[in-house]
Amino acid sequence: MSSGDEQEPGLWQRTTLVARGGGGRFDRGAIWFLAVLAAVAFAVPVLNQVVPVSSAFHLSPFGITLIGKYLCYGMLALAVDLIWGYCGILSLGHAAFFSLGGYAMGMYLMRQIGTRGVYGDPILPDFMVFLNYKSLPWFWHGFNHFSMALLMMVLAPGLLALVFGWFAFRSRVTGVYLSIITQALTYALMLAFFRNDMGLGGNNGFTDFKDILGFDLHSDLTHVVLLVVTIVMLAASYLACRAIVISRAGRVVLAVRDAESRTRFLGYPVESYKLWLFVFSAIIAGIAGALYVPQIGIINPSEFSPINSIEAVIWVAVGGRGTLYGAIAGAIVVNYAKTYLTGAFPEIWLYALGALFVLVTLFLPRGIIGLVSARGKEK
Amino acid sequence: MRLLRSGGQLLFMLLLTLVGGVVPVSAQSPADTTFLSILGEMREASYSDKATIAERLSQTGHPSVRAVLTALLEDRLYFRNSDQKIFIAKMADVDPLSLIDPLTLKAAGSAPADGFTLIGTNNGLRSTLRETVAHFSLSSPDASVRLDAVQEMAKSLDEPTVALLRQRLAVETNSSVKKGISTALALAALDGSDQKARLDAIATLSQSVSQDVRNRLALLIDKSADGTYAESDEKVRSAAAAAVATIDHWRSFYSGIETLFFGLSLGSVLVLIAIGLAITFGVMGVINMAHGEMMMLGAYTTYVVQMVMPEHIGISILAAIPAAFIVAGLAGVVMERTIIRFLYGRPLETLLATFGVSLILQQAVRSIFSANNRSVVTPDWMSGSLRLNDALTITYNRLYIVIFTLLVFSLILLVLKRTRLGLDIRAVSQNRTMAKAMGIRTEWVDAMTFGLGSGIAGVAGVALSQLTNVGPNLGQSYIIDSFLVVVFGGVGNLWGSLIGGMSMGIVNNLLEPFTGAVLAKIFVLIGIILFIQVRPRGLFPQTGRAADDK
Repeated sequence: MSSGDEQEPGLWQRTTLVARGGGGRFDRGAIWFLAVLAAVAFAVPVLNQVVPVSSAFHLSPFGITLIGKYLCYGMLALAVDLIWGYCGILSLGHAAFFSLGGYAMGMYLMRQIGTRGVYGDPILPDFMVFLNYKSLPWFWHGFNHFSMALLMMVLAPGLLALVFGWFAFRSRVTGVYLSIITQALTYALMLAFFRNDMGLGGNNGFTDFKDILGFDLHSDLTHVVLLVVTIVMLAASYLACRAIVISRAGRVVLAVRDAESRTRFLGYPVESYKLWLFVFSAIIAGIAGALYVPQIGIINPSEFSPINSIEAVIWVAVGGRGTLYGAIAGAIVVNYAKTYLTGAFPEIWLYALGALFVLVTLFLPRGIIGLVSARGKEK
Repeated sequence: MRLLRSGGQLLFMLLLTLVGGVVPVSAQSPADTTFLSILGEMREASYSDKATIAERLSQTGHPSVRAVLTALLEDRLYFRNSDQKIFIAKMADVDPLSLIDPLTLKAAGSAPADGFTLIGTNNGLRSTLRETVAHFSLSSPDASVRLDAVQEMAKSLDEPTVALLRQRLAVETNSSVKKGISTALALAALDGSDQKARLDAIATLSQSVSQDVRNRLALLIDKSADGTYAESDEKVRSAAAAAVATIDHWRSFYSGIETLFFGLSLGSVLVLIAIGLAITFGVMGVINMAHGEMMMLGAYTTYVVQMVMPEHIGISILAAIPAAFIVAGLAGVVMERTIIRFLYGRPLETLLATFGVSLILQQAVRSIFSANNRSVVTPDWMSGSLRLNDALTITYNRLYIVIFTLLVFSLILLVLKRTRLGLDIRAVSQNRTMAKAMGIRTEWVDAMTFGLGSGIAGVAGVALSQLTNVGPNLGQSYIIDSFLVVVFGGVGNLWGSLIGGMSMGIVNNLLEPFTGAVLAKIFVLIGIILFIQVRPRGLFPQTGRAADDK
């Protein structure tokens, strides 16, 4: 059958216009998005720390964790949108980068537990004592320093994306083939991390963290700070992605998406553009995962499962791809719906979620943002 | 004469019925009656008489003889105190006894043990009985019964057994039974003192591939702790060593074949789950994430069909195949008409929509059948195994899955290559606009193609119901594998899927002994990722103009 993306110039032209519409200045959506983020960053500490517990407006620790989770997912969606919405690379393996970042942070947090674990070993985490490890595996060294975690949450997903992308793009693996092998990649990693021999906690993963940088992970204040850090990182990555897509390089990336061969014939090194965008996207996903773990308090191999990657793609589709902030909004909306429906109607939430995906793809090819901006233009 | 006699018996029974009206007329043949009357004598007989009665029982040639005598041998033969009727107990010394009718060998309920008397045996009787049973089994008309008996006897070879086997060898016609007997006789001859006979025996044994024989021969070349050989004869020792080497060689050859076969059967499962996808994804270009759920529908259909006809489990699985094809196929057609037809040419968006459908189908199954796994019964004709020789046994379910896959595959190939629908499907997939211009109803073809692919997925689900748990997550666990098979083989190429799936299965099974199941799977996945780098369009890429558009 004929190729998909090139058959629907209407959609792509419009999204291109959205991106161009910003130009050097900020478009309305971007301003709104940053304003909302700032408001949340201001409101959450106030509602949790200043407003008394008895008040109806008090934000519970559970609420903070939930918002933190949504925002981390938002960051993952941003990463997916950067390469899918702007470069046409549909990665079904972004959960792998997210989880690798999470594991890097988890390893640091595990080392921080120290003698407070069940077995009280000063060096070895509980699961290693349990599995009769005599000494720390080589890749665990250095994770007692926070800087190591910072380095690895960027390096691990970044390097994986570099190696994988270098092979894949150089061989011109595109379209569904690329989607399927990214899925195979995350599936293989999931199976590997499930193994106890990996030295990474097997199917239980890491949990029962105590503190981060000396701050107690059970206190509200730490969580508030973590949330604010997440918001700052989300805003920073959004601005970075935006800067990329409106730059000259961003124009080339759009050209690759719309007519890859033509761009190549014009003399642009298509593979390099794709590769570095892919690596950058993976790093954002890795940072999102690293922020996710201390807030949620657990990381295990099921985070690698291909379904998670597909869900991330769906958030982007629901929000509206090729808009960046739309992807983040999609992640938040879908996950809020998921939380709400699983709680309120456990029987029907999968029906609702399923129907949402079907309806959005059928009737809202440009997602929620497309709907909103269409309304705006009518007025 | 025979006719006359049985006629007489019939008349006799008829008379009895008329007179007493109490004779159970439940289809007892004259042979049954004789058998029962001889068996009845067991109750009060002395040990020595019991031996004669057993001998007479075995001469009737009744199919229950073996079961009854084995039961007697194992102290499981009872008679009911109230009516003196004889029963076999399923297990000895268990109260209440679960009874088996000695005539039909069917379960006859259970009853407390104190209402029954055990028909006892002693050592002398037991050894005679063993011989009688062996003798009886050896003269059974069924070759597999004879072979089993020979193998049983080979485990404890004493003088009378050897004599019995020799006697049988002379008249035996079945070659595998003959071979079994000569192996057993050779094993017995090993213990003799005549060097020539022993060397001959070793030569015979070296043709066997049985583990027991190998171990027995290995004993001859064992060195004890003080450095002396257990076997003093140098010649016998070297012959035995050579024989062990030969046996080991053949055993490893057969185990290689076994691995290959396991790989083929695993590959068949992969091919089966991928064929449907090869059509929807390969031919139509639709990334159908609900493909796994179509298999799930097929598996649940199998479950429902079994619920409907619980009396005919053996046939139900065959009936489930067309049923599953129709259920999943209809679901596919509905899906195509309502959702997918709006998304042609946008493969990545169909992925999202069909993922939504898969969630809905999973939840629908949860609502209807609950979230728990359902168990689908394996029919008798699918369990058990085919024993090719002592070193190679093939389980029937693996064998059937290979055959079934090849059958389904050739059927699909036939439909695509030889029918009008197949012609239309190929035309539309090669050039939609041109096909339309030629008067092909492309919309109808689309719906049929999707229905066909989904239907095949349903049929795969029937097979999966025999291999794994039938639950709402059944589809999810196979979807990635099926996509990989299609991509590995080359999108749009059925042969690619066949060869791709089979080779994935074989490689997986070849790796497994060295790496374990999980690592083998990981290596296969990495292998495919690397392979795609070398050949980005799979094993058999599409060529020509259609390839550019994909």
